[in-house]
Amino acid sequence: MNSMAPGDLPPSRTETDVIIIGAGPIGLFAVFELGLLDLKCHLIDILDRPGGQCTELYPEKPIYDIPGVPVVTGQELTDRLMQQIRPFGAQFHFSEMANRLHRLEDGRWQLSTDAGTVLVAPVIVVAAGGGSFVPKRPPIAGIEEYEGKSVFYAVRRMEQFRGRDVLIAGGGDSALDWTLNLAPVANRLTLVHHRDGFRAAQHSVNRMRELVGEGRVNFHVANVKALHGANGQLEAVTLTGPDKKEWRQEANAFLPFFGLTIKLGPIAEFGLNLHENLIPVDTAKFESSTPGIFAIGDINGYPGKLKLILSGFHEAALMAQAAFHICRPNEKLRFQYTTSSSNLQKKLGVA
Amino acid sequence: MKIIATDRKGVVHEVEGTLGWTVMEALRDAGLPVAAECGGACACATCHVYVDEEWFGKLNPPSPEELDMLDMAVAVESNSRLSCQIRCEPALDGITVTIAPE
Repeated sequence: MNSMAPGDLPPSRTETDVIIIGAGPIGLFAVFELGLLDLKCHLIDILDRPGGQCTELYPEKPIYDIPGVPVVTGQELTDRLMQQIRPFGAQFHFSEMANRLHRLEDGRWQLSTDAGTVLVAPVIVVAAGGGSFVPKRPPIAGIEEYEGKSVFYAVRRMEQFRGRDVLIAGGGDSALDWTLNLAPVANRLTLVHHRDGFRAAQHSVNRMRELVGEGRVNFHVANVKALHGANGQLEAVTLTGPDKKEWRQEANAFLPFFGLTIKLGPIAEFGLNLHENLIPVDTAKFESSTPGIFAIGDINGYPGKLKLILSGFHEAALMAQAAFHICRPNEKLRFQYTTSSSNLQKKLGVA
Repeated sequence: MKIIATDRKGVVHEVEGTLGWTVMEALRDAGLPVAAECGGACACATCHVYVDEEWFGKLNPPSPEELDMLDMAVAVESNSRLSCQIRCEPALDGITVTIAPE
């Protein structure tokens, strides 16, 4: 038998029934609905943990409109969904961005991530909410040309900053933690923030103030207004203080820490006929205009759509029925209730 | 009540605000580019606006929660506020804001 065309199948691809993009509450509940139908799932999420917006934006905020659960926080809801789907053994690919989708000759989909994971499945479920969480980029002219060379939104190796004049901007835990960690490594470390107050943990703020007192960290109430340098190598920045006073400061590494924001990202390139950044779907199956690709939760659009978690749960259930027929074209789908079906109860590990 | 809002291209819009609703909701419903990712929960800082000095002093001071969230906004100035935390009321008729950069 002849082998497949070169380059068609990468060596380390994983085959499954359903690939879910997004491990927020809707992606997680999709695992449950698909699992009841014996469909196996892989989930991809750019965050390093499940929950999506629930855990990234409002882990401690109470949610009051989950049916049957009078109040639950974003973190608790995520924890309970993880507990609910445990019997189904879904595989998670965290801190990865789904960035390339194409159809194989056999009709299945191949999805690759920025970390090199390659998954193949007959069904794709986009449960990506508003898109990918990515670091907020400060609105400073020309910052793009410095990114990855002397402007960084994360620290991967501290040694990279040894002996450098490091500028950190922000007032949250990341800004303060890296101020404390890089102060002994950097030649000079400067922290700038728009106010003399911080949302970061108090002990970090106290320690930073001690280092300022000892002359080991500089702190200014200021914003970064301009970057100066060449070929991506930062040499200095212009800072502006509260009284609009401007000054220039030497710096050859700049770390802005303003948290994350949501950008649609590569999904826009998946050919799904996006309308105002939403994937149009039918309301019987929540399938996109491309057969085999479904969209559930905040990422989809249809007449009457409400961006509520409970709507996404409903969408997941209907999607699962349709996905079954694609994954198991020769099998008959038996509709059962978890309350009465010993078959379903076995899958859930309770019978 | 009226809200005068300058978008990121410098275009000035006159937006109708509903009393008791937030300025973020008025801007968003008028189709202006306010992401309001968290839906008004003071949890994301994507509805950041600059309030004209004339109006800034008339606002209720920001809560500690709002100040914390502003730490996660970029290009914060002395007149920065989160528009989801400004409630439309008659005393603010004509409030003038500029949508902050993304």
